[in-house]
Amino acid sequence: MSIKTPSKPKTVFRGTLYRGHEGMWSWVLHRITGIAIYFFLLVHVLDTATVRLDPELYNAVMASYKTPIMGLGEAALVAAIVFHAFNGLRIILVDMTAWASRHHRTLFYGVLVLWAVVMIAFLPRHLMHVFGG
Amino acid sequence: MKFFRFDRLAWIFMRVSGFLLIGLIFTHLIVNLMQDGGVKAIDFAFVAGKLANPFWQWFDVTLLWLALIHGSNGMRVVIDDYVYRTGVKRFLLVSLVISTTTLIVLGTLVIFTLDPCPVGSPADLLPSFCPAG
Ligand code: HEM
Repeated sequence: MSIKTPSKPKTVFRGTLYRGHEGMWSWVLHRITGIAIYFFLLVHVLDTATVRLDPELYNAVMASYKTPIMGLGEAALVAAIVFHAFNGLRIILVDMTAWASRHHRTLFYGVLVLWAVVMIAFLPRHLMHVFGG
Repeated sequence: MKFFRFDRLAWIFMRVSGFLLIGLIFTHLIVNLMQDGGVKAIDFAFVAGKLANPFWQWFDVTLLWLALIHGSNGMRVVIDDYVYRTGVKRFLLVSLVISTTTLIVLGTLVIFTLDPCPVGSPADLLPSFCPAG
């Protein structure tokens, strides 16, 4: 982990492949969802750690995850995770095979379709858990 | 080009761990967020019951280590891209290493030292396999 001054950004916009096109939007979304999931994970390891301290404390902490507002937050978190996962697979494929890098745009729409399918399967059940009796 | 350069190892790690994390996190979400009552079913008894099983212990440590290293390496790249001032960058990178190490140690201890039947806790909060009284 070397520290250089002042370094140029590692991520360079390469002309037509990126700026303003699917390549740029997939990159922006990948970065934003990645950062959001990371900050959730920091909090999540800490809230899980209370399980080691006291059963009643852990149950009280978990109760705060069962409110309607947090329920919507969990839906947003899952939306971010599912996008990051499928788009990450797309990145791996585009890096590894010439076919995928030629069809990276089609693959990005494939990611959006898969994302929508998973969210349609996930949301009703989750929202029923959160808002149902 | 040196074969074992840090950046190259990090690049490979992100792809391998990202691939594994898809299976780990999707399973994690199905078991904790979809099965039975979803979030509403999470309490001390549920987690203690899971972590009494070596399968879930090893599943969770793998998830913990891979997710935290994958996430913090992602944050390292983000910091590299946006922070130019050497002092600020050094501070952020050192904080990142410290917080990641702390959470990995904390989470690993929680997984392997959790007592599912702590004495003195109300029996109705504990897993059903705990001796009564
Ligand atoms: C809203 C979604 C989530 C819920 C309801 C949830 C629930 C839980 C629960 C109940 C535990 C306790 C142990 C177990 O059941 O295995 C746990 C632990 C854990 N979760 Fe999650 N989780 C969620 C999302 C995530 C995500 C997205 C990640 C990774 C990025 C993650 C990573 C972990 C890790 C690493 C542990 C172990 C923590 C430790 O070692 O102390 N979880 N989670």
